[in-house]
Amino acid sequence: MTLALPTTAPREKRAGAAAATPGQWAVALAIMAFLLVALVIPVSTVVYVAFTEKGTGAFTLVNFVDFARTDLFVRATWNSVWAAAMTVVLATVLALPLAVVTTRYRFRGAALVQTLGFLPLIMPPFVGAVAMQLFFGRNGTINLLLGDWFDISIPFMEGLNGVVFVEGVHYFPFILLNLSTALRTIDRSMEEAAQNLGSSGLRLFRRIVFPLAMPGYVAGASLVFVKVFDDLATPLLLNVKDMLAPQAYLRITSIGIADPMGYVIAVVLVLLSVGAVVLSMLAMRGRDYATVQRGGGGLDTRPLRRGERLIAWAVVLAILALVLAPHAALLLLSLATVWSYSPLPDGFTLAHYARVFGDSSLYITNTLLYASLAGLIDVVLGTAIAYLVLRTKLPGRQWLDWTAMAAVAVPGVVIGIGYLRAFYGIDVGGVPLATLWIVIVLALAVRRLPYALRACYAALQQISVSLEEAAENLGATKARTLRRVVVPLISGGMLAGFISSFATASVELAATLMLVQSNSDAPLAYGLYVFMQSPAGRGPGAALGVIAVVLVAVCTFLSHLVVERQHRRQSRDVAAPTIPGATG
Amino acid sequence: MTLVNEARTTPSVDVAIEHVDLWYGDNHVLRDVDLAIRPGEFFAFLGPSGCGKTTLLRLIAGFNQADHGRVLIGGRDVSDLPPWKRDVGMVFQSYALWPHMTVAQNVAFGLEERRLPRAEITRRVAAALDLVGLGPFAGRRPAQLSGGQQQRVALARTIVVEPKVLLLDEPLSNLDAKLRGEVRRELRELQQRLGLTAIFVTHDQEEANTICDRIAVLKDGTVQQVGAPAELYDRPANLFVAGFLGRTNLLAGDIHRDGAAPAFVTAAGTVPLPPAALPDGEPPPGARLVFRPHHAVLAAPGAAPAPGRARLPGTLRYREFLGAVERFGVEVAGAEAGTEVLVDVPQGSAPEGLTPGAAVGVDVALDRVLVLGA
Repeated sequence: MTLALPTTAPREKRAGAAAATPGQWAVALAIMAFLLVALVIPVSTVVYVAFTEKGTGAFTLVNFVDFARTDLFVRATWNSVWAAAMTVVLATVLALPLAVVTTRYRFRGAALVQTLGFLPLIMPPFVGAVAMQLFFGRNGTINLLLGDWFDISIPFMEGLNGVVFVEGVHYFPFILLNLSTALRTIDRSMEEAAQNLGSSGLRLFRRIVFPLAMPGYVAGASLVFVKVFDDLATPLLLNVKDMLAPQAYLRITSIGIADPMGYVIAVVLVLLSVGAVVLSMLAMRGRDYATVQRGGGGLDTRPLRRGERLIAWAVVLAILALVLAPHAALLLLSLATVWSYSPLPDGFTLAHYARVFGDSSLYITNTLLYASLAGLIDVVLGTAIAYLVLRTKLPGRQWLDWTAMAAVAVPGVVIGIGYLRAFYGIDVGGVPLATLWIVIVLALAVRRLPYALRACYAALQQISVSLEEAAENLGATKARTLRRVVVPLISGGMLAGFISSFATASVELAATLMLVQSNSDAPLAYGLYVFMQSPAGRGPGAALGVIAVVLVAVCTFLSHLVVERQHRRQSRDVAAPTIPGATG
Repeated sequence: MTLVNEARTTPSVDVAIEHVDLWYGDNHVLRDVDLAIRPGEFFAFLGPSGCGKTTLLRLIAGFNQADHGRVLIGGRDVSDLPPWKRDVGMVFQSYALWPHMTVAQNVAFGLEERRLPRAEITRRVAAALDLVGLGPFAGRRPAQLSGGQQQRVALARTIVVEPKVLLLDEPLSNLDAKLRGEVRRELRELQQRLGLTAIFVTHDQEEANTICDRIAVLKDGTVQQVGAPAELYDRPANLFVAGFLGRTNLLAGDIHRDGAAPAFVTAAGTVPLPPAALPDGEPPPGARLVFRPHHAVLAAPGAAPAPGRARLPGTLRYREFLGAVERFGVEVAGAEAGTEVLVDVPQGSAPEGLTPGAAVGVDVALDRVLVLGA
């Protein structure tokens, strides 16, 4: 469920490839049309509005001057940058020990870490925020106990602390995944050469191992940074309004879509996101180390001594307890009769589940529909783009990849604002296009496309062109080769792409919060958000949250099984969805 | 400059491997390996893949732990020392140059780990890079160098710390054939100049023969024979060594002792054995008659063999032009199924008119035959 940003343009492919066919052109134009409608036009609209004078439509910078002169916005900018940076720090603190212990030592808990470490990703972070309040808030379990015992209170959840805490716990798997992959693929002799020259322990890690894993770490860290920028619902639910995304949302929803300031904030959001991504790419330029070398194998895993094993388990369990606290709290909350001002709930009940299944099953079916459609669109587009880029000579094909990947750096709230502005005026059978549920699917699809695209791309990249040439040599046309050779071989990667799109789309809210126009069209995440806003709704909200987590976990696990089985059937080096740098 | 011009302050050291056993799980990788490597010697571990030669090298470097036995370097037991305290330099097969450092940073690493003063590090890095002819490349990244240059950086990085022992894990295997011979001679020269004890792992007998003073031949984790290249070639201890070092002919049969002189009786004929052919006096188990292709000549079937040669009649199956010599494959009764007895004769010295299918005599030089067991 992570992605590495495309750092290098792929090398030129086979010299003898035929020029682009009309079919390829048609596919490329269709993809371009989708990207224009779903990404380029909405975002351009936002930029355009931000730079034009209200009413006259003349070019102006006055909106940005206003932005810079408003204390609230300047503070919101700094708060967003600070929260994102601190989240990266916290996520690193959580992920680094787990990654090191599981990749460099023979540690029985490695499978546990790999399974449980990713659970946070399949829960909306704002749900985690509510749950964390119960454990870590001012009147949460921890502070109540601390107050009873030591008469102290720790402001875990106050203001930006809360945002950093929740987001760090939620998004650290991005760093864990990328860093683990990077650590695992370092050639063992790299480390041994340093030992042979007298290096060991922390010094060895600092000078050799970590620098070699740096590209993976930076990829993960930049994702976390951008994600925190992106998140809208968490600060809103924690009542932190002076950050950029909430400001953009509040501006549009309270003052209206005609007010330019919301667009200016959106442009600042995009600029900072893009800046962070570009900065990380620049920092890692030329450092895309082809790590595992000839027959080297990954880093040596060494056994832990008894004392070390104890420390390792203590650290791992402490971190897992922390990152799984939101899940535990959510489960308790969903079963609680009343839970406030007490370390644990007063009593337990199943009534919330009954209520959710009664009233809110619509949310679940909506989510399944939207997320599956979005996943399907992403896999089809991802495969098509990967094929065009890797296997054809179509001029400008790189632009399809770049445009699709640009969605990574466009915060959801910007997509939401852009869709409202761009599609509100379009009339479809008497209602504005922006109010139709299909727009939600479109937003989800374009937001998740980068993930699916990288998975499909990695899968296709691993297939030797000669397999296709063999089919063509035996008389199969390009289309039939695609259907009979390529697609079966990359189906594992396609499925991995579908899962990551589906799972993350199921819990997405940033873009959809603004696009949901009626309760009957609302997805699960929206329902959760509505429930969580009132104290009375928290029980049913938690029940819905548990259902969401279970739903996504089960779907992910099932698809994982399918991928695994297919892997065992196929030869080992074909269509592996996880490769260094681009884990599916 | 300590590296080249000055005499080494520390004398060369010996390496002793004493009755080492090592298992990977149930796999017995090294079996009672016992070797004494002399100070200043260029020594090779030679064997096919999976014979344990790399494991043995990594044991000396400290990357493997022996289950039994010990390793002594300069008389000191290092068995319990971690790799970073052993002071043996290793050149990895993949070179293992760190891609995030420049050439100079790679070479400086070991000196920095030894906490040497900055000025001395700079001086010694420059000297080491000059020594391998890479002075102008100090600021490059490893990826910007050719394979041969990378190999030199790896070598410079290792010798700059002046290790007691130099370990080389197939250092030539990633170079092309032309470069290989060149680097081979440079390695040898450098080792001589620095007076280092060097151990070289290879599966290529030519590499081992040309560069090393002595060779240990390994098979299945067991040392088969230790000796100088010519010794191993002329007096192999068993069939494996004979077969691994150069082409050899094997004939099955039995030893007969009629009176005093033993003879080897094969299906094709009887070969009288000189005492040297049976070093232990007794035939080893699974004995075969062994001789090299150039220790036999071809003769017309009618003529009697020259004195000191024994005749094995056969049928010519093929002839191959190899340049200086011509190789004849002769089907002889008693040879292993499906293999011909090979006879190498100098170009142009074979009898006239030999075409495949012709009857021909293989005349073996008696003072060159051996009887070896498995």
